[in-house]
Amino acid sequence: MSTAADERNARAPWALTAPALMLFVGVLLIPLAMTVMLSFHDWGQYKGIEPVFILKNWHEIATDPYYAEMFWRTFRIAILTTLLTALLGAPEAYILNRMSGRWKSFFLLIILGPLLISVVARTLGWALLFGGNNGLVNKLLMSAGVIRSPIPFMFTETGMVVALAHVMMPFMVLSVWAALQRLNPQIENAAMSLGAGPVTIIRRIIMPQIVPGVLSGAIIVFSLSASAFATPAIIGGRRLKVAATLAYDEFLNTLNWPLGAAVATLLLVALVLIVVGSNALIERRYAEVFR
Amino acid sequence: MSRNGPLALIFHTIFVIVMVAPILVVCLVAFTPEGFLSLPTNGFSLRWFRAITNYPEFIHAFWVSLGLGALSSFVALLFAVPAALAIARYRFRGRDALAALFLSPLMIPHVVLGIAFLRFFTSAGLGGSFAALIIAHVIIVFPFALRLTLAAATGMDLSVEMAAVSLGANGWTLFRRVTLPLILPGVISGWALAFIQSFDDLTMTVFLAAPGTETLPVRMFLYIQDNIDPLVTSVSACVIAVTMTALILLDRFYGLDRVLAGKGDTGR
Repeated sequence: MSTAADERNARAPWALTAPALMLFVGVLLIPLAMTVMLSFHDWGQYKGIEPVFILKNWHEIATDPYYAEMFWRTFRIAILTTLLTALLGAPEAYILNRMSGRWKSFFLLIILGPLLISVVARTLGWALLFGGNNGLVNKLLMSAGVIRSPIPFMFTETGMVVALAHVMMPFMVLSVWAALQRLNPQIENAAMSLGAGPVTIIRRIIMPQIVPGVLSGAIIVFSLSASAFATPAIIGGRRLKVAATLAYDEFLNTLNWPLGAAVATLLLVALVLIVVGSNALIERRYAEVFR
Repeated sequence: MSRNGPLALIFHTIFVIVMVAPILVVCLVAFTPEGFLSLPTNGFSLRWFRAITNYPEFIHAFWVSLGLGALSSFVALLFAVPAALAIARYRFRGRDALAALFLSPLMIPHVVLGIAFLRFFTSAGLGGSFAALIIAHVIIVFPFALRLTLAAATGMDLSVEMAAVSLGANGWTLFRRVTLPLILPGVISGWALAFIQSFDDLTMTVFLAAPGTETLPVRMFLYIQDNIDPLVTSVSACVIAVTMTALILLDRFYGLDRVLAGKGDTGR
């Protein structure tokens, strides 16, 4: 009965999504496929790009230790940034969650608001705070007696990790905070009434419940840090290259597009594998929490 | 619920100070009366804000960014609203795959997108053009536009539409007079969040912008690469002010926590 209406019902969602679908196929999937193809093309200083199928760029990336070192640096920075945001962001989310209503929303705005402020402006702030050997951060740390001699922040991996952790922190706080929303505060009270001390409560009650939040935050922070461009470019300067800044150089300075495309393709594939893999792991391990 | 102990409050205070410090220092240095980078210890001055007017590149880049953000967010909504309605209301084969495709620009590193678009638009003969920037920005802001519209469409009461249909409304009238007004808060917030994303994007745009189509973040980035002086802090302070305004509007219209919850959830 009423097959005409059924047919219209079946066609309606496709009619509604068709424009967006065509847009995405036309200007997202095709360009991405072209980039992967580009990584197999040849390039020479004088001949430019030659559309042949050649493994030269991939061979260069696989054999030249420069690229191994660069990718290792990229992922090292991303891992350290992720650890730093988890170590500081998770306790902060927990503290935020225990605040009373008005303070909670006020500080949430303060901590999450920077997410929407230009990354260039935020990194510029760190460049100003680091400012060589007598920057504000070093002066503060030295007068507090934390360090004896100034730490070099500008043009170092230390500086990159600190600035990146600041840029990524809201994602971690947000993710842990979302996990805490699902937590029943009465469980804590129940544990306390059964004689558990604060350390036991944190270790046995709170930790297991926020770990999934920390892990999903870690995936976001890791993938965004590994592909970050602005912060490594400004803090790291021209010499300390990560994957994104190297690809930028190949495209806009050296003009060796095929090589740059290979670096970008490798970054994309590595990130997709890591993100999809760890997502699957987390969901299997913590299936009951995500239900 | 138990209160935070003194240790927790000390941690919290330091945390908040560190989070705010880089933004605060940019805004403070912007008001320095000196000719070099310094905190304004001898009173405030607007000289570096006036200095912006001597740099038409910054002003031009600001207008490019503003136009690009407004236009690309609007175009993204033209595609996102029907798609959101379809995904919210129908259960059809390929629905999950479509949703994943539409949200995929969140997962693909912007440096990869920048490279892909540069390659694509250069071979299409559109390299460095404003049109190419618009199309590229439509793609990267689409997930944000889609998500907030989707949230509004999912929460909508369908019986209102049925009532309108029973009164003889259909097609375009139904959408314009009933559906759109009901999902409008989500659509406007989607536009605002999309605008902020477009207005702030550096990583992808830096590949596509040419002299004349440089956006403000690109202009600032290229300027910082050469030297850092108080001028770029006053420009940054202006950018922060624009973003804050959009932020406050967003908070009023929609609630910032809901918007940010949508942004943070890029993992899925």
